[in-house]
Amino acid sequence: MSTPRVIVQRVASAPMSRRWRGRIFCALLFLCALLACEFSSTAFAIDPLPFKDRAEELRFQTLAKQLRCLQCQNESLEDSNAPLAADLRRDVFEQMQAGKSDAEIKRWLTARYSDFVLYDPPLHGGTWLLWFGPLMVLAAGAGAVFITVRRRANAGGASTQTATRPASDVEDDW
Amino acid sequence: MNTRLLPLAGFALVLALLGFGIWWSQYHDPREVPSPLIGKAAPAFSLPTLEDPERHVTNLDLAGEPYLLNVFASWCFACREEHAILMNEGKQLGIKLVGFNYKDAPADAKRWLAQFGNPYDLIIADLPGDVAIDFGVTGAPESFLVDAQGIVRYKYISPITPAVIAAQLLPRIAQMKKGSQ
Repeated sequence: MSTPRVIVQRVASAPMSRRWRGRIFCALLFLCALLACEFSSTAFAIDPLPFKDRAEELRFQTLAKQLRCLQCQNESLEDSNAPLAADLRRDVFEQMQAGKSDAEIKRWLTARYSDFVLYDPPLHGGTWLLWFGPLMVLAAGAGAVFITVRRRANAGGASTQTATRPASDVEDDW
Repeated sequence: MNTRLLPLAGFALVLALLGFGIWWSQYHDPREVPSPLIGKAAPAFSLPTLEDPERHVTNLDLAGEPYLLNVFASWCFACREEHAILMNEGKQLGIKLVGFNYKDAPADAKRWLAQFGNPYDLIIADLPGDVAIDFGVTGAPESFLVDAQGIVRYKYISPITPAVIAAQLLPRIAQMKKGSQ
């Protein structure tokens, strides 16, 4: 992907005629098309599934991206080459053909492989800390800042108090 | 005085959190997929035996007594290590040992068993791997303890070792036998 950037920089630095600019634009377009072909052909190469149309294929890809391969756990079901991933892709495809919704397919998978198979953990008793933990830490931090600021504002208001305090103590106060 | 200690308290909190994380990861494998099947009925299946592809075994045929379902394959390297332990200590479990031959060519599996021995009372073969998905199998070796009522009681991922037999399997088998009497 670095090549197009280099070309664009050259265009920007050197004065170019309109014809040249058009040519470069065409070349870029061609390159993008080539890359797109490259990506779609690798997606097909894993295991070709007989999708009835482009919409169904896109739905399958979106769903498979949200599912974890249980064998190679850092890969999604969409891009894993593991035999189990191929089996699961086939199962997901068959269930889509049978008219199951995405939620039903996910439920079918979690009944076998637990929430582990989902990249997006659902909200329930065991995951509330995961979902709200960062928010709680943020709220605690905001609370601490709020209290400190208010305390300082109060201290600043009572000017006589600050003046009587020893210098070293003021320095330490943060 | 109190505000001075605040950063230290914050640091101690973070330290405690990280320490807990280290302690936790020593006893829990983050890669281990938890089985939602524990405490539930083993999935229904009908699979051919490895010896005779004409003969099918169902989950109902296996009900009535507890068994250990051991997922293995000739292509699975870690299974060799486990196999030797099952050969030596399989009888010690005191329950039926059912081999689950996973995505394996029957000829390869038979050759493998001829070479390393056969510790199983019965071997069912799942070449397409569909029943394995119903069991939530993620690879080989894996083992399931199923009780006499057909309820999955325990799942162990990775090769069974003598320590696992002593600490995990035998106590549960004793409990299962006590429960069924």
